[in-house]
Amino acid sequence: MTRLTRLFAALKEKREGALVAFVTAGDPDPETSLAVLRAMIEAGVDIIELGVPFSDPTADGPVIQRSSARALAQGMTLEKTLALCRSIRRESDVPVVIFSYYNPILAMGGRRFYEESVRSGADAVLVVDLPPEESRELLDQWSGNRLDFIRLVAPTTPTERMAAIARDASGFLYLVSMTGVTGSAGLDLEEVAATAARLKHVAALPVCVGFGISQPEHVSAVCRTADGAVVGSAFERLIEEHLTAGDLPERIARYASALKAATRLL
Amino acid sequence: MNPTTASRPVSAPSFGAPVQFSPDPRGHFGPFGGRYVAETLMPALLALEAAYESARTDPAFHEAFHALLNEYAGRPTPLTFARRLTAHCGGARIYLKREDLAHTGAHKINNTLGQALLARRMGKTKVIAETGAGQHGVATATAAALFGMECRVFMGTEDVKRQAPNVRRMELLGARVVPVSSGTGTLKDAMNEAMRYWVSAVRDTFYVIGSVAGPHPYPMMVRDFQRVIGDEARRQILEREGRLPDALIACVGGGSNAMGLFYPFLEDPVGLIGVEAAGEGIDTGKHAATLGAGSIGVLHGSKSYVLQDPEGQIREAHSISAGLDYPGVGPEHAWLKESGRARYVAVTDAQALGAFRTLSTLEGIIPALESAHAVAYAMEEAARRSPDEILIVNLSGRGDKDLGIVFRDL
Repeated sequence: MTRLTRLFAALKEKREGALVAFVTAGDPDPETSLAVLRAMIEAGVDIIELGVPFSDPTADGPVIQRSSARALAQGMTLEKTLALCRSIRRESDVPVVIFSYYNPILAMGGRRFYEESVRSGADAVLVVDLPPEESRELLDQWSGNRLDFIRLVAPTTPTERMAAIARDASGFLYLVSMTGVTGSAGLDLEEVAATAARLKHVAALPVCVGFGISQPEHVSAVCRTADGAVVGSAFERLIEEHLTAGDLPERIARYASALKAATRLL
Repeated sequence: MNPTTASRPVSAPSFGAPVQFSPDPRGHFGPFGGRYVAETLMPALLALEAAYESARTDPAFHEAFHALLNEYAGRPTPLTFARRLTAHCGGARIYLKREDLAHTGAHKINNTLGQALLARRMGKTKVIAETGAGQHGVATATAAALFGMECRVFMGTEDVKRQAPNVRRMELLGARVVPVSSGTGTLKDAMNEAMRYWVSAVRDTFYVIGSVAGPHPYPMMVRDFQRVIGDEARRQILEREGRLPDALIACVGGGSNAMGLFYPFLEDPVGLIGVEAAGEGIDTGKHAATLGAGSIGVLHGSKSYVLQDPEGQIREAHSISAGLDYPGVGPEHAWLKESGRARYVAVTDAQALGAFRTLSTLEGIIPALESAHAVAYAMEEAARRSPDEILIVNLSGRGDKDLGIVFRDL
């Protein structure tokens, strides 16, 4: 049983949703980034999504674009992101998803990426710009099945395509809440519920919903119709607003606890 | 789609014989191309692909497209024998394919009229575009005005400064120019922003990509709309000289004018030479020679050559010509390079400026700085070849837009 399978089973037992926290690795610098991650884990975040900074993040809104730029300015790379994952793994059993655009992985090489990810204790990978049509080229280079491959589903994805994506996915499915970029406004919780229901009808894997989720109310609403909620830009905004504040980890922890509390449905 | 039917001639002469270089059904040219986008865009790309597939096999669509090209854009453009330039170089005979004489002053209009027609067919009421030099933005704004569509053009803040007259031109045409300050504030960032905007507006908005770049079906579709350049040139040179040319020369940024010229000649014994921007020199690192000095990567939804660091981060490109200042290149060019069918060379800012002046004074034609790169290489190539040989250079655009830059640097 993988860490992710164990986690979703345990949460189901407790009638809790998963809180998935996205952080751009190395933002604003590697040390602070590790402190932020520790604070999140202590606050009860269920899954960490570790974002690999990229120069051209076309699926991301301005907040994550800037976080990516800050991390790159500090010399962050895919390799250093995996080193950060290893640091987390030494201290915690929290599942970690490496979240990346394809080009940094292509530059490292698919085979090496798999081996280094497994060695760093990562549990899964989500490659945002690698749809099912193109993902074979990466997966064919993997020498084992110790990494789950998280796939995206969008509100515009037809149901048949959803089913095909689900058949090919592992770990969990990432349902994009709206047709927009990360951190967009205008989350429509009713539409999310309808899309999540449509997806769950054709998919056995847990479903986590992301994009535009920033408040505890969003989290609790999402956890009623799906298995978890992903929060990213809201954390990154907090980091951006307190770049030089000494109490950034405490602020992150308080925010994460409030969001985690909202996942508890009992 | 089936590669053997992909380019089947319908009623119009401009969609000629099938060519083996058509992409596979998922848009791959050999190992290049494809669709590397988030799932949020996939349904839109699949819908676009289906709509384009139905349009390309519909004679009425071709008829409407060619009527626009002829009656609105001023096609066919002439093929001009450059007598004095040929004498100056003392070698092969140089012909110029005069895309500078097309409406809006560059080849870009061919593609934007085609895509606007497709947008209307799909029931879209708004169009968006990215632009570098502003030529594609102007051509999109022009087509949008003609079709009565709302138009939004994303343009890097650096380019807004460098190409102020084109910004005013787009605004005059009724478009809204959205300055993009993220990243390097140039064409690649404008394209990033256009893709982000498109995701959120995909229901009523058509994204008019300006080059043979981006995810499938764009590289194929833009090439199909631009092949009118090559189809005309082929016919014109056969009429004029009674034989095919020895080589074609065109500048390559994203590569649409080159692809448009090359495509109808792919199966002919004709040399294909793409000219990239060497900027301040390849060894200075300040260049835009993606095919010559880049490596394989994924940018803006397709796999091709890109300028990148060893960690897979995209590098800033540099060229005096905003239209060539792009760290990627169309996937079909990557395939033509890899398969050995075309060769790619690079020309510096200084060489392009020299050719800009030479063509102006010898032929009375002021070329766009982009096209001046092709002219610069053609002058060298002509000098190496015998007077029995024939070169066709794509004069992809006129240079009025570049006077500000040229008089600062010349």
